[in-house]
Amino acid sequence: MRQTEGTAGARILSFGGYQPARVVTNDELAATVDTNDEWIRSRVGIASRRIAAPDETVADMAVNAGGKALAASGLSAEDIDLVIVATCTPEAQIPNTAATVARRLGISAPGAYDMNAACAGFCYALANASDAVRTGTARNVLVIGAEKLSQWIDWTDRSTCIIFADGAGAVVVSPVTDPDEAGIGPVVWGSAGDMADKIYIPDRNGFIIQEGQAVFRWATTALHPVAKEACRRAGVDPTELAAFVPHQANLRIVEAIARKIGAPQALVADDIVTAGNTSSASIPLALARMLERGEIPSGAPVLVLGFGAGICYAGQVIKVP
Amino acid sequence: MAMSDQEIQEGLAEIVDEVAGVPADQVTPDKTFVDDLDIDSLSMVEIAVAAQDKFGVEIPDDQLKDLKTVQDVIDYVKRTAAA
Repeated sequence: MRQTEGTAGARILSFGGYQPARVVTNDELAATVDTNDEWIRSRVGIASRRIAAPDETVADMAVNAGGKALAASGLSAEDIDLVIVATCTPEAQIPNTAATVARRLGISAPGAYDMNAACAGFCYALANASDAVRTGTARNVLVIGAEKLSQWIDWTDRSTCIIFADGAGAVVVSPVTDPDEAGIGPVVWGSAGDMADKIYIPDRNGFIIQEGQAVFRWATTALHPVAKEACRRAGVDPTELAAFVPHQANLRIVEAIARKIGAPQALVADDIVTAGNTSSASIPLALARMLERGEIPSGAPVLVLGFGAGICYAGQVIKVP
Repeated sequence: MAMSDQEIQEGLAEIVDEVAGVPADQVTPDKTFVDDLDIDSLSMVEIAVAAQDKFGVEIPDDQLKDLKTVQDVIDYVKRTAAA
């Protein structure tokens, strides 16, 4: 039978980020749980995080970030024919978040699905979007990572409440006509289901439970080979990277991986300092903010690397718009 | 091919310097990691991982928590490498 007609490749046209208004400082947390600013900064690298308002939903944040990415892309809503929302904190099992977000952005009848690979979600969704564009399954894709982790946190558990936060980040993925213009490299992804019990939510009324030390050990040993392989498969030497933007899990993890990938010149994202760990939102949110500040030149190669519960992980080299 | 205490101590000192920025000459057998060298639990994990690469000896988290001093690690590496 007939097949879709493919394109020469895919690239990211634009970014958009959104953070809720409310800033929660370490001192504010220290007033309710046994912790302090110095401990939090030295162990996880967070100075403050943003927490959504009680009535602010994952879809609200996704619409905000997605709307910014769409506006910056130069495309109109009718150009988008696929919307993917990476989230592990959707408001409901059904309906999904993506269809609601699409409707609110005026995107008419796109393919729409939510995707859960936890903190690796954005990189998984970006790979899906790139493949959809390359194969001609979709023309232009809106990819959003959005999380309201605050509603899955036990605010009396000092090992998790200091880490997780809320936010959203988005990109628009579009086709290129010349393969040299392609801007999304091959994804290197995988999972380690034997570590499913290291980060989990026990039941639908439960909260995030994390075995921090085991996760730290895994992240600082298993991920730099994934990062290097993503560079190798994209044909980009780590020394050529303009920036390294891993999931903002913990600044100590970010720095440990960065030391091991052999990219001393690359700007290493430290968005976690003021954003906290926003799971699938952290990479596009960090990049949106870095691009806004003019920290990465247009067209420069950047390594993104997502990892988290599952355990799931994925990384690829992208060129920033 | 057995490593001497001195060799392990020197290798460990290099790791501690790299991971936590503690000068190698301070990493002497009687020092405790937490109190004397000001190394926290996450840095201990990084040290264990680096020690695995350097000495070929795995230090799981449940063993790591019992290694309080530099000498404890030297003994653990010797004991495990010999096993």
